[in-house]
Amino acid sequence: MSDPVSFGPDLADVFGPSQTDGGPDLVQLLTPEGERVHHPEFDHDFSAEELRGLYRDMVLTRRIDVEATALQRHGELGIWAQLLGQEAAQIGAGRALRPQDYVFPTYREHGVAYCKGVDPLRLLGLFRGVDQGGWDPNENNFGLYTIVIGAQTLHATGYAMGMQRDGVVGTGDPDRDSAVIAHFGDGASSQGDVNEAFIFAASYNAPVVFFCQNNQWAISEPIERQTRIPLYQRALGFGFPGIRVDGNDVLATYAVTKAALQRAREGNGPSFVEAYTYRMGAHTTTDDPTRYRLNDELEHWKLKDPIERLKVYLRRNGLVDQEFFDDLDAEAKELGHHLREGCKALPDPKPLDQFGYVFSEITDEIAAQRDEFAAYLASFEGSTTTAGGHS
Amino acid sequence: MSNQKITLAKGLNMGLRKAMEDDDKVLLMGEDVGKLGGVFRITDGLQKDFGEDRVIDSPLAESGIVGTAVGMALRGYRPVVEIQFDGFVYPAYDQIVCQVAKYTYRSQGKVKMPIVIRIPFGGGIGAVEHHSESPEAQFAHTPGLKVVACSNPVDGYWMIQQAIAHDDPVIFLEPKRQYHADKAELDESATPEPLFTSRVVRAGSDATVLAYGPTVKTALKCAEAAESEGRSLEVIDLRTLSPLDMAPVYESVRRTGRCVVTHEAHVNLGMGAELAARVTEECFYSLEAPVLRVGAFDTPYPPSRIEEEYLPDLDRVLDAVDRSFAY
Ligand SMILES: Cc1ncc(C[n+]2csc(CCOP(=O)(O)OP(=O)(O)O)c2C)c(N)n1
Ligand SMILES: [Mg+2]
Repeated sequence: MSDPVSFGPDLADVFGPSQTDGGPDLVQLLTPEGERVHHPEFDHDFSAEELRGLYRDMVLTRRIDVEATALQRHGELGIWAQLLGQEAAQIGAGRALRPQDYVFPTYREHGVAYCKGVDPLRLLGLFRGVDQGGWDPNENNFGLYTIVIGAQTLHATGYAMGMQRDGVVGTGDPDRDSAVIAHFGDGASSQGDVNEAFIFAASYNAPVVFFCQNNQWAISEPIERQTRIPLYQRALGFGFPGIRVDGNDVLATYAVTKAALQRAREGNGPSFVEAYTYRMGAHTTTDDPTRYRLNDELEHWKLKDPIERLKVYLRRNGLVDQEFFDDLDAEAKELGHHLREGCKALPDPKPLDQFGYVFSEITDEIAAQRDEFAAYLASFEGSTTTAGGHS
Repeated sequence: MSNQKITLAKGLNMGLRKAMEDDDKVLLMGEDVGKLGGVFRITDGLQKDFGEDRVIDSPLAESGIVGTAVGMALRGYRPVVEIQFDGFVYPAYDQIVCQVAKYTYRSQGKVKMPIVIRIPFGGGIGAVEHHSESPEAQFAHTPGLKVVACSNPVDGYWMIQQAIAHDDPVIFLEPKRQYHADKAELDESATPEPLFTSRVVRAGSDATVLAYGPTVKTALKCAEAAESEGRSLEVIDLRTLSPLDMAPVYESVRRTGRCVVTHEAHVNLGMGAELAARVTEECFYSLEAPVLRVGAFDTPYPPSRIEEEYLPDLDRVLDAVDRSFAY
């Protein structure tokens, strides 16, 4: 038997032992126990106001999620993609954005949408089946939810390349300099599109932050199926830095994303943020995670709840009083009411209108199909039997 | 062995199991096909029984799934890959069209590509965008691919085994709306019809309705409704879309003189267009009316709250039959 061939460095030396709890590079500013810790590179002097704001955002985001999940259970939504457990990752990223920054979301970015000022009710349309994303992406600089895994990362990169050409990168004017954030999941990191987005962004030094919520699962497949090394370490291979942040720590996610966005705005190119988090719920309301993951894992992550740790910190430091919680509770209730009532009142699409959305202007061919269809539908009117008299 | 009543999902699951028992070169691959058994549970229990080497949960990348299937086929395996939903086949489109479809031709027949690409297709399940599409024409249009669509549990059981045993690549379309719908009795000792054949599923004399996949059920309902009005419709389940098995179609249309084709896919350049052209060429002097097509408008699949209005249903197919008779 010959000795095994040696080829390059031992990966274990390069990447260290397998990292189950985020590993030594995990950026954290608030421990699961609610302890404020400091980081030499990424930190931020949070005011009490800011901390309360982040807490409020997470509570309201969870409320959106809980309400929508209940609406699905009651048959008002066809499906819902829950974000339970990912509130800090989304609020941290969402609050780091400036108005001129642009977001390319997946289908789960309800918290980021909320930060960007999209009425959460608008998010429900897609899941109810009345539209495919009813909001105007340019109104809030928040793109349409993208269901085809990873496709939006290329759109984000192209958008960022447009920003470069528009001269809104690296001018030194904080109100002008802009960046793009591309959201995607751990599973998405395997898609060709995502890897091509990395290449393009690196090649053109595009002002885009690749923000990956590693929630440990892609439906039933664990992160180990997608990668052998921590995802953030992949970035270097593409030519830009990658940082792993505790995605259940809203402070750290905010600080890291803020720095990544600022770097992009200043013209220093793309970066990768891996928000290390956990999908506490099912993949969607039609999924049954008991078929593929252990309850122990869920229990373990419950201890790292993103909302709870900030609550502990706020309380311990006397930054909140009962009135704050009462007000927030009332606000959340009102939001719930808005979603429940609003959802049921969302108008169904009008079949004939749909023909008009295919092109910027309807073609004669499609108009003819619409008119034929209209005549066909009209043939039912006033009759208790169906078209053509068929019962 | 006693006969059992099974759903389409069960038929496919049993068929896959049988194919894996019969030939240890058969492998399954796809997203979530392992522990989860696929989002539709078609591969339920198979990883447990055949192991992770034969039922492979893949990384989330369709081009990767189909591209590696090509390599495994070259190595003598018979990969059966699952595309999770119709709308997610496109990242693999390049591999399917440029590689899977052409390898045999490129190698002048020296290499075979016994790959089955299973695609749950069609709408009517209240899903969000990309989960209700009917991409069959894109594959039937591609030389080097065979395309079949099952419509019922028993066909599901046999056709998947036949597709796997076949030496050419097969795009295997499964009407997802039917997965857990009707049950049918399966006789595992029966001899199935050959794979690339169409079949008269209801005899009739006044008009011929051609359907496949999810619209077979619709066509059969139409025939029932028409009967109460004194019209006798013959329904043909095409089963194979490429190659087409036209003999039973011509025979039928020559008798009935009328032909309506229905599919959920877009009418424009859809299967119906090819069928209409062939029927017109071969049955020209028997036709009492032009071949009429019922399918999707030239719009993307609509939001699900109104999908039932867009899908070819009983009324729209009967309306076409009426129009055929009005000529
Ligand atoms: C191209 C494509 N393939 C498959 C799917 C089906 N699908 C939807 S979500 C999902 C898993 C995504 O996992 P990840 O990227 O980790 O995001 P998460 O859902 O965990 O937020 C899959 C396979 C899809 N939407 N698009
Ligand atoms: Mg994930």
